[in-house]
Amino acid sequence: MQIGLAHYLTVAAILFTLGIFGIFLNRKNVIIILMSIELMLLAVNINFVAFSAFLNDLTGQAFAMFVLTVAAAEAAIGLAILVVYFRNRGTIRVEDINMMKG
Amino acid sequence: MIVQAILFYIFAAVAIASGVLVVSARNPVHSVLFLILAFFSSAALFILIGAEFLAMILVIVYVGAVAVLFLFVVMMLDIDFVQLRSGFMRYLPVGALIGLLLMAELIFVVVSWVVAPAALKGLAARPLGGGVVNTRALGDVLYTRYFFAFEAAGLILLVAMIGAIVLTLRQRAGVRRQKIAAQLARARRETVEIVKVPLGQGGE
Repeated sequence: MQIGLAHYLTVAAILFTLGIFGIFLNRKNVIIILMSIELMLLAVNINFVAFSAFLNDLTGQAFAMFVLTVAAAEAAIGLAILVVYFRNRGTIRVEDINMMKG
Repeated sequence: MIVQAILFYIFAAVAIASGVLVVSARNPVHSVLFLILAFFSSAALFILIGAEFLAMILVIVYVGAVAVLFLFVVMMLDIDFVQLRSGFMRYLPVGALIGLLLMAELIFVVVSWVVAPAALKGLAARPLGGGVVNTRALGDVLYTRYFFAFEAAGLILLVAMIGAIVLTLRQRAGVRRQKIAAQLARARRETVEIVKVPLGQGGE
């Protein structure tokens, strides 16, 4: 049977939902939240590439590369902040991150 | 064609299963490893759809850099993960409800949506294929039409690199470091002293 655009979009939709689900489920663990965000960005990339292939236009693949760049930068900065926070406070519980609360 | 369909279903199933395990694994190290598996199977999906270069980039960037970074952080920090998991069951119903709603909406949109054939005409700025390999075609687009976006992406990476270094660099008090410049800058007359000792009296 023919694999069409809808198949790829469905896979991407399920992965995106899993990312959101992971953020809801692991509300205390910042590392899993960051991983869920990576999962959501992966779903976005699958969407970009699927549309690019089925609409016969390379723009989607070019922008998937930019999304990849931003995802890598975000992971690096997020984990650096996490390491500094753990060094200062000794924990990464999300509820404890409230120093800047007015 | 049938082989492609079978491969698509296998890799899609692996990607989704590992996605489920990323968010539900007990041990965060296992979560990171399942994230790597999800990235690998998505790279396989990209190859199936004809985006080979992006698949390789996905493996290199995500598996080679991002996932290893996650592994480093998970293993380096001494965190009580059992305590972080408390409340997992409390958040499960509302999370499942919202997740199912969102997934149903997205899938309804996907399966009920079609591209008007007239809209497709003249849409493709740079068509795929045409006897050119994917890497070459992507380079043709990336270094001409999207050159400024490409430069901006490089700038973002530079800023991220400097930011990560600045954030994690620390100067600890009370640490004795080797000062190579100071060592090399010493002259002979500052360090060596010649003392004339009078005969029969000895040195001090």
